[in-house]
Order: sequence, then structure tokens, then C-alpha cells
Amino acid sequence: MNGFLDRVLGRVRLGGWLAVAAPVIAVVFAVLITSVVLLVAGKAPVEAFTTLADYGTQPRSMAMILNTGVMYYISALAVAVGFRMNLFNIGVDGQYRLAAVVAAGLGGAAVVPGVLNIVLVIVAAVVVGALWAAIAGLLRVYRGVSEVISTIMLNAIATGLGSWLVSEHFGVLTGNDLGTRPIPDDAHMPGIPLIAGTPVLVNGFIVVAVLLGVAYWVVLNRTRFGFELRATGKSESAAVASGVSVKKMIVVTMVMSGAVAGLIGMPELLGASYKYSNNFPAGLGFTGIAIALLGRNNPVGMAVGALLWSFLDNSSNQLQLLDISKEIVQIMQGVVVLSVIIAYELVHRYRIVAEQRRVSRELAAPQEAPKAEAAA
Amino acid sequence: MKILYGMQRPDEGEIRVNGSPVGFHTPADAISAGIGMVHQHFMLADNLTVLENVVLGSEPRRGGLALDFAAARKKIKEISDAYGLGVRPDVPVEDLGVGDRQRVEILKVLYRGARILILDEPTAVLVPHEVDELFDNLRGLVREGLTILFISHKLDEVLRVADEITVIRRGTTVATVNPKDVTSRKLAELMVGSELPSPETRESTVTDVVALSVRDLTVRTGDGRPVVENVSFDIHKGEVLGIAGVEGNGQAELVEAIMGMRPCEAGALTLGGADISHWSTLRRRAGGIGYIPEDRHRHGLLLESPLWENRILGHQTRRPNVKGPWIDRAGARADTRRIVEEYDVRTPGIDVDAATLSGGNQQKLIVGREMSGDPVLLIASHPTRGVDIGAQAAIWDHLRTARAAGLAVLLISADLDELIGLSDTLKVILRGRIVADVDPANVTPEQLGSAMTGAGEETV
Repeated sequence: MNGFLDRVLGRVRLGGWLAVAAPVIAVVFAVLITSVVLLVAGKAPVEAFTTLADYGTQPRSMAMILNTGVMYYISALAVAVGFRMNLFNIGVDGQYRLAAVVAAGLGGAAVVPGVLNIVLVIVAAVVVGALWAAIAGLLRVYRGVSEVISTIMLNAIATGLGSWLVSEHFGVLTGNDLGTRPIPDDAHMPGIPLIAGTPVLVNGFIVVAVLLGVAYWVVLNRTRFGFELRATGKSESAAVASGVSVKKMIVVTMVMSGAVAGLIGMPELLGASYKYSNNFPAGLGFTGIAIALLGRNNPVGMAVGALLWSFLDNSSNQLQLLDISKEIVQIMQGVVVLSVIIAYELVHRYRIVAEQRRVSRELAAPQEAPKAEAAA
Repeated sequence: MKILYGMQRPDEGEIRVNGSPVGFHTPADAISAGIGMVHQHFMLADNLTVLENVVLGSEPRRGGLALDFAAARKKIKEISDAYGLGVRPDVPVEDLGVGDRQRVEILKVLYRGARILILDEPTAVLVPHEVDELFDNLRGLVREGLTILFISHKLDEVLRVADEITVIRRGTTVATVNPKDVTSRKLAELMVGSELPSPETRESTVTDVVALSVRDLTVRTGDGRPVVENVSFDIHKGEVLGIAGVEGNGQAELVEAIMGMRPCEAGALTLGGADISHWSTLRRRAGGIGYIPEDRHRHGLLLESPLWENRILGHQTRRPNVKGPWIDRAGARADTRRIVEEYDVRTPGIDVDAATLSGGNQQKLIVGREMSGDPVLLIASHPTRGVDIGAQAAIWDHLRTARAAGLAVLLISADLDELIGLSDTLKVILRGRIVADVDPANVTPEQLGSAMTGAGEETV
């Protein structure tokens, strides 16, 4: 993992524009590939993209894109915390779902009134997510189990555990839908009328998401903890020699990643559905992985990625009006991620080579005189 | 060198092999042109036999699928006999000594049909009599009509073995000379571009204050084998204690145990009177141990981070790098500039990645970093390995200055001249035990070398 963050938000060294150019090129490339696919399928690409763009710029859609984007963004942050340390927390998905079930159960029980209930729900979600992720961290540290494997397994267990909790403990049947007891009205997160021209409110959690993004950047780049985390990600052996306790870092990072993961379901739970049921969004953890890759763990990059992803997801239904399968959007999402990874890698290599050249050129210049002397 | 072996592409210029221009894209191209490379760090699989290591990647086939070991063994025998390498094909590599391993590496490239051999610092890991054997082998190869490109920092060796010497400095050819016409002093001046450094220290600065005391230190590997056994020594303020030994005799483990990176089985460590045996690595560092690691890329640097972040590494609990839990960017950056200035790190700035600097400049940055914050003890593992002579002289100077100011230094090196020249006290380590105390004032590299191999286990 290289410090993309350092390149864009840190000191912009050689051609900071390159780092921005890479994702733009990747998106353009993805549009081209998708166009080819559309052409092969006998559809008009221009028409398809105009439809997407038209839909995405309407106020109502914009509010919806923001709302889904908030969840995607929090998910990407949870994944990125691990990525910065070379920890692959594939279990964000299980962590947020289990956290949401427990939080929804507690919230529905309305143990405490009003705002306190909101706080309780959030704290419960954070704690459950953190604990669930801690299992993988501890397994890695004490038993050497790869966190990739253990978190995938834990995802499956979380699914089972969640269903069991809902059906046996928290569940109430509403019509056909088995879900937790709805959280009372006084503990709903208020929406914000952010976008003019539509009655659709923007989820209040957007504020939390922005704060999380800022906190992510500050913690990683400006604190000793963040330095040790990044150092461990870049070179574990160097971190050990520098006195970083890698074991402790693994557990702490997994716990942090899980804690953030616990928040993923909160915009939906406290701002939209107010209960956990079969309709609760699933798979957000995997979307988060894609977006973290897309935004290269950069808080701004991931925000843009989350909005792009959300835009594609939200507007894909419109394609059906043109008789185009909405799955074309998934092709596009896949190509975007792949081409972004390739583009970043190319830019990164270019930068390293260019920097080496620059260093040797700048060093060579004042050395000319003694060299000529020695040759003579 | 990397270009010759096809690992990197040249920007300009051309390479001719036997008069015809060639362009290498991969090492495979270089091999097919008859160029073979013997790397400084051996690329052998320990748990395979010599035979298996040699054929790895170009296995002779029989009937399309089966491996034809018989044919391979025959061919290896032939090559080994023809050049007098004396390689036994069926011994596991893990049972071989360093010299034998190197011969296996040479055989590996000969097996692939190389007529031009590149040897990168081949003597770095050898003791003097192994070097002699290697040179005999090389002369045998040359007699058989092979071409050898011998890359080394060690001038006397180059003078002994080469028929023609080309001096390269900062990536440019400085001169091509005939070894008969130059002295090693002249050659060194060509390399440095100025007068010659020497590792000699002047008057003794040893005090009677013990900085680090190591008592009966034992370190075992995961399978219970002792790699460091009952090692005891004291380093005083102002003293350089050298540990001589063939690589792989427990030096690395000893250093890691003192740094707290590796658990000790038994023994006590005392730093300035405080028992540090149970301290974490971080606490030991903060307690005043500076550490120049053996492998700077693995343990000393974050290659893809800028220099100023590398300044923080290992010192992330101390000013000027941090204020409480916060990284003090301004403080760390200012201090990095100071190091770059004082230690003459050649870099266009402190925002370039560490990877872009040459080995010597990376090492100077590490030395500067580890000397910061008034260390009590400096552990210097091969402090001048793989650095150019100019940087080497500078690093020696810094070590001497710090020693005069009362720093205790534990010096581990494979460079016997460096050990003899810098050390006030010299101990020989063999199979994890201290086997001899040597007086650096009157010992020759040859004597030290034989003590290191256990040839004379008595005190020299």
C-alpha cells in the first residue's frame, strides 16, 4: 500500500494533478468499455448515458444519491482504516449487519427516551461492530489466522446470528415482514432539507459521515497512532524495529474498523426504516471495499467514489425505460474499479521513476566539476 | 548491473555482447545471451538439495513430464569438475557453508550456459580464506575462457583478481585502469574523488562507566535451537565494542534480543544501571538505544515515505517529532533538514521518498536519525555495508565523534578492517557463543578471519 494520501493531501510533490487524473481517466475508460458493451447489445450508449445524467441531476435523485452515498462512504472508511495497515477487513459486511440487528433490537425496546435512545442505539452498534471485528483481530494475533479468512467466516456467522436474534428475540411480524420492533418516533434522526426543489430530506447522518471523514484524515495523518498504523502498513519489519507493537496495532485497527462498520447501518436504521427487517440493505460492506479501492483510501477520493457509486445504483432503474438491462451499471462499476487500480499503479510507477530521475539530475548538476577533475 | 542483467531498461546507450548489440527486456533475455548473475544475497532454497536448486526453473525433462535428474546430475558433475568447483549435488543447501553456497550460485549460472558472469559483491559474506578459494575458482573460470564482471567495494580484492578495473562514481565511469599500474590508494582516490579515509581511531576514549551490560544472554529459535548462547559483555561509555564473526553465527539474533525485537530465553540486560530485560522495543529506544539495522530496507526505512516521515520512525515518542499524541510536522521537518545538512545526505529535499536516495545517503540519514536525541548506546549493524567509500568515511567519522563524546557503540560488521580499525574491544562470535577476545591493536584480518571460522579457537 503506498501513501496515496500523502500524494494528494500531503505535500503535493511531483505533479499532484496526476493523482486526480488517474481516477478521471479510469472513469472515462469505464464509460468507453460500457459503451462498447451497449453497442454490442445493440443499444445506443449516448442515449443511455444522457438518461443516467438527466436522472442524476434532478433534485429528488440528488437527495437519494446523497442518502445512499452516506452509507457507502461510512462503509468505505471502515474498510480503508484496515487497508492503510494492510489489514483486509472483508467482514465489514457482517459487522454492520450484526451491529444493526442488536442496535435495532435495543432501540425498539425503547429502554430510554428520545435523544438518549439515539445515543444508545449508536453506541450499541459501535460496540457490537468493534467486538465482532475484534474476534478476527485476536485470532490473527494469537493464532495467526488470516483476517481475510476469519472475517469471511464471521460474515456467515453474523448472518445466522442476526436471523436468530430477529426471529427469536427482537422480532415482530408486520404482515409478511419479520423485523425488529420499530424505534419510537422520538428517537428518529431528523433529516435535513439540504437540496432545494424536493421534499426528500437528506439523512441527518451526513453530518456524522463528514465528521468521520475528517477524523479519519486527522487520526491517520496527524497523530502518532496514525503514523504507527501507516508505518506498519508500509513495512511491518521496519515498524517492529521502531518499537511499534504490531500485535497491538492489529487488534486496535480491527476494533476501529469494526466500530466504524457498526455505524454503516445507522443512517438507514435511525433515518429511514427505523427497524431491522429482511429489507434492510445488505452487501454494503462489499460496496465499501470497492469504494475504498476507488478512492485509494483517501477521504475525499472515497467521498467522490461513494457518490459515483450511489449515483450509478440509484439511476440504474431508469435504464429499464430504454429497455436496457440495469445490470449494465454493474459492468460499469466493475470496470471503474479495475481501471482505477491499473491507472493508479501506472501513475504511481511513473511518479517513482520520474522522482528518481529528478533526484539524480538535481544531484548530478553541482557534481560536474569534481567529476571532470577526476577524469582528467 | 541491473541493466546488464535485464532487470531494468536503459534510457540511452547500447550493450554489445561479442560485438553484436543486444536489448534485454527481462533477465531471461540476458541469460539467453550468455550473461549470468551471482547476486550478493544468495537466491537459494535452503530445504532443497544443491541439484534441485541448480535445475530450479530450467529442469531437464524426460518424456515431456518427468524430471530427468540423472542427466542434470551428470551435467552438474561435468561443470563442477571442468571448473574445479567441487560441488556435491545431493547435499541439502541448508547444510552448506557460505563459500559452498556461493559456488552453487556460480554453478547455477554456468548450468544455464552463461559465458559472462556478473558477481555482485561476492566477498561481502566470506572470510579471508574463503575469498582465496573463490579467487582460485574465478581464475579457473577465466582460464576456461569465461568473462567475469567482478563488482566490489574492496579495493585489494579488485586489484588481486581483476585484469582490468573500471571505476564508477555516481553512475558515471570515472576511469578504466590496469591493476598493475595502480596502487589501492590511487584507486580509492579515484572512487572517492578525494583523499582516502581510514577506519582508524586515534586515542582511546574508553571510560569506566558501563553503558550496557549483557549477562548470560541466550536466545533460541522457535524449534528450541540456541542461536545465541551465554553471551556476556560490558560496553563502557566512549567504547566501541566490535563483534566479529561469519554471518549467521548469531549476530543478528543478538542485536534483535538487545533491541527487544526477539524474546530472550535467559540472561539480563542492564542499560545505564536499569534492568531493561523486560522493556519493550519502544521503551528501550526511548531509554537511549540507537539502532542502525543490518538491513536498512527491511528494518530502517519506510521506502515509500518522504524523508521527514522516516525521521520520525523509531523516534515517534520523542520531541521534536511529536507533541503528546500529535505528530509535530514542523518540528520533524526542521530536524530532518538539520540531519540532511549535518550528515551530508545528498537529496534535493526532505519531501522525496527514501527509496529515491542512494544506499549511502539512506544510511547517512539513518545514522543521523539514530544519533539524534542523545543516545547512550548505539547498535551499529554493518553500518557501512553497501555504501560508497565517501559515505563510509563520513559514517566512520560520525561514529568516532560520538564515541569521543561518550557514546557506547556495539559494532557488528563483516568488514574486518572496519572492525579492527574502529573497535576498542573486539570479540569473536561463533555458533552463538563468544569464542575469543581479540586485541584490535595487534591483530591482522587474517588472524581474525581464522578465529571467526573456528580455525584457532584459542585467544589470538
